[in-house]
Amino acid sequence: MSIILSESEAKALLQKVLSYSKADECEVNLMGEQRGNLRYARNEVSTSGSLINQNLQVQSAFGKKVGVATIDEFSEESLKKVVQRAEELAKLAPENPEYMGLLGPQKYGAASKGYFESTAGASPDTRANAVLKSLELTRTQKLTAAGFLEDQKGYSAMMNSKGLFAYYPSTSVNFSLTVRTEDGTGSGYVAKGYSDMSKLDTAAATKIAVQKSLGSVGAKALEPGKYTVILEPTAAAVLLENIFFRMDARSADEGRSFLSKQGGKTKLGEKIMDERVNFYSDPSNPDLPASPFAGDGQPQDKRYWIEKGTVKNMYYSRYWAQKNNVAPIPFPNNMIMDGGTASLEDMIKSTKQGILVTKLWYIRTVDPQTLLLTGLTRDGTFYIENGKIKHPIKNFRFNESPVIMLNNLETLGKPERVVSTESDRNYLIPPMKIREFTFSSLSDAV
Amino acid sequence: MKRRDFMQMSGMGLGALMLPSVPLIGNPVSAEQLTEPWLDVATKKQLTETALNAAKSKGATYTDVRIGRYLQQYVFTREKQVQNIVNAESYGIGIRVIVNGTWGFAATSDVTTDGIAKCAATAAAIAKANSKFQKEPVVLAAQKGVGDQVWKTPLTKNAFEIPVKEKIDLLMNVNGAAMDNGAGFVTSNMFFVNEQKYFASSDGSFIDQDIHRIWPTFTVTVIDKAAGKFKTRDAISSPMGMGYEYLDGLASEKIAGPIGLVGYRNSYDMVEDAITAAKQAKEKVTAKSVVPGKYDLVLDPNHLGLTIHESVGHPTELDRVLGYEANYAGTSFATLDKWETKKFNYGSKLVNIVADKIQPHTLGAVGYDDEGVPCKEWDIIKDGILVNYQATRDQVSILGEKESHGCCYADNWNSVQFQRMPNISLKPGTEKRSVQDMIKGVDKGIYIIGRGSYSIDQQRYNFQFGGQVFYEIKNGQIAGMIDDVAYQSNTQEFWNSCSQLCDKDDYRTFGSFFDGKGQPSQVSAVSHGSATTRFDGVNVINTGRKI
Repeated sequence: MSIILSESEAKALLQKVLSYSKADECEVNLMGEQRGNLRYARNEVSTSGSLINQNLQVQSAFGKKVGVATIDEFSEESLKKVVQRAEELAKLAPENPEYMGLLGPQKYGAASKGYFESTAGASPDTRANAVLKSLELTRTQKLTAAGFLEDQKGYSAMMNSKGLFAYYPSTSVNFSLTVRTEDGTGSGYVAKGYSDMSKLDTAAATKIAVQKSLGSVGAKALEPGKYTVILEPTAAAVLLENIFFRMDARSADEGRSFLSKQGGKTKLGEKIMDERVNFYSDPSNPDLPASPFAGDGQPQDKRYWIEKGTVKNMYYSRYWAQKNNVAPIPFPNNMIMDGGTASLEDMIKSTKQGILVTKLWYIRTVDPQTLLLTGLTRDGTFYIENGKIKHPIKNFRFNESPVIMLNNLETLGKPERVVSTESDRNYLIPPMKIREFTFSSLSDAV
Repeated sequence: MKRRDFMQMSGMGLGALMLPSVPLIGNPVSAEQLTEPWLDVATKKQLTETALNAAKSKGATYTDVRIGRYLQQYVFTREKQVQNIVNAESYGIGIRVIVNGTWGFAATSDVTTDGIAKCAATAAAIAKANSKFQKEPVVLAAQKGVGDQVWKTPLTKNAFEIPVKEKIDLLMNVNGAAMDNGAGFVTSNMFFVNEQKYFASSDGSFIDQDIHRIWPTFTVTVIDKAAGKFKTRDAISSPMGMGYEYLDGLASEKIAGPIGLVGYRNSYDMVEDAITAAKQAKEKVTAKSVVPGKYDLVLDPNHLGLTIHESVGHPTELDRVLGYEANYAGTSFATLDKWETKKFNYGSKLVNIVADKIQPHTLGAVGYDDEGVPCKEWDIIKDGILVNYQATRDQVSILGEKESHGCCYADNWNSVQFQRMPNISLKPGTEKRSVQDMIKGVDKGIYIIGRGSYSIDQQRYNFQFGGQVFYEIKNGQIAGMIDDVAYQSNTQEFWNSCSQLCDKDDYRTFGSFFDGKGQPSQVSAVSHGSATTRFDGVNVINTGRKI
């Protein structure tokens, strides 16, 4: 049996597993994936590898007593054993008061195509050739490259004893590269993520990192303080995802979230940032394909989280939703921020004085109550004066909350697909101009 | 460590995000399976010999083989409820070869003669393919074969043999104690790891190791709903290279600090700490917000460990210095030219930092590293001067040394081993001095306990650290709790401001259980020992904001 099962193969396997179940309720989750990677540093290949994962998880329930067991090889005997094991564990388990029972069959909206043969067919040669195109550019310009290319193909499927079935195949490729000058005074970065590997142009991406590397040589120190900044999408992503990750209703209701407020209420329905800010999830977006179902089988529909600066939705687990008499809302599978029409160049042109930030690094929460984050600029930071990039500047440490930042919004540009350098997740995020962004100290790092 | 290093584990019917993110290697099994024996040593030796021979026949000039069984047990609770119990097991074999002067690596869970021979051939084929790119052949520091060897983490209670119920009972006591003392919420977790590793190399080493690690921890949250404020306090336990005996809470391992505070050496009283945590979190809600400025900092070992980790541990990793981590973790300010001068003042004369993989009860302590090198101790910073780095067999010649430091580690049988941080520790002072003595000499300072928010640049110059609990020091006395504290400094400036050390009686280890590095990312566990230490005139910022 291949690692990547078709929908009918997955269905047949899941039906077989369910036929062994003697529990009140049984749900089976199935996944398979193949990953390949190539890593290089100092202009030479350092390591390469491949990884095969397949996994089948059975959750059996007797009343509210639940057991879970997993296997990674699918022989007839193993399939029977894993069901038996889950049932044994369920009988031994204490009652789980938060167990909600299984969902029946669900209707899923049309998801965009997420599986591309161009990516699925990647071989060690494909990776080597893609990396060589990049290496040729840095070697000939006496620059030092360190990069990582990883592609993945896989699927996830689930079925339960109440008749729910879901299947979704996907592929992805992430490429990241740091280019440094030989004397270590300049450094530039690029990261690209796609579902369709034919869209990945490693040479074009490398040119971006080369330009930033050479352009960042001779950085001058600027006094720390509050500045107008233009955040490229790669820099903005690592700040904004801290909002996305923390929109859980239970934490807000319990009073321990940036969405909690005085008197025990939450900020649901309140305007908390500039009215041009819209965050939504949408599995049907062709530029950011995502599975149309959540891990427990709930449908993922297009949903606004922040609309016109107002908290529109928080995610509710099925347990918490029932307790609060509201509809459950699953954690989204993708996240998109609306933008405007301005290009990055337009945004620079319209800036009298400001700083272009191309990447941020080592983001940590300083205060979860206000979402105050700290971190540093990295791999290319530039001073803008009278609509032009004047010169590179030394890196800064910042202390800023993305909530405060999105209240200080000046302009949004055209959204593009970016890879978070913190979580590896892909988003659609525009470049953005922000006033009064707080830089608190200088760093000597290049 | 970075978020992407973690695999999210979702609980049964629970919002996945309510559970902490932890890396999980392997498949869930029953608790009983974790204590069942695996392959005997003779079988393991025979299997590794199959691999060594197969690799040699494919042209390998060097081969090492790791047959590994990796066990994990994680227990997660909140308030009165068990959230999840995970028992996981993973086993297989990883084979690393040098062919044409180039590394190749392959791994398989098919631990049969056929499976191993195929895996060795794949490793050799990868080495040959990659050798086309290679300009400089790999040169390994010599390592004489050590023959048959055995090493075990010294422990008195194998955590995997302790019934899960006993663990849950303790965590329920911890949660109950916190709630009784004012906590609104509490989550408590236990992490247990056992690596059963058999290493063999073409040098003639056959090493059987049984390594145990433990980390009990919790977070207590106090909510003031009326004010719309919440504060947390995390456990001040340390992850250790120990068995379940770490949780005995022995009085003899407690260190009495100022104003009734307690520090824990090699035995932890989790319930006592939970009570203190709830009280401290409550105090934090109304604590005064710090006035920013320069302060003398008195840093508890449970806090200072992370500062050592980030500002000394990472910058002295030789692979970072050489540029191998440039695309992810970054490079280092502690460049070879600075080291070569033999005069680079990393810190004040009081700063003596040693690397080791032998300190008892630590996360780094093993008999041999993952390329068969016996473990040892060496100086990194001596009397304030940078004198060495952390290196593996293929790096140490760069330092003009003939013996590897023994810093090679892989987090699983299917990951390739590479340079990882050993224990990096600050030696305690030689003059007799307690924390109380130290505080007496401080006019305007802050005493900081516990690990908080931390961030440092990619070359390890500029950092910002928070903590769990902050006490203001005025005229030689603790003047009360303050909050919203973080300090910012530059590594060299900070270590040169080190002005006083407590003595060996105050020495304790801090640990990082899931330190991330590499692409694809691997975790490792490492300890950092120190006594309470004073740093003068450090810049403190106020982190309070309103949204």
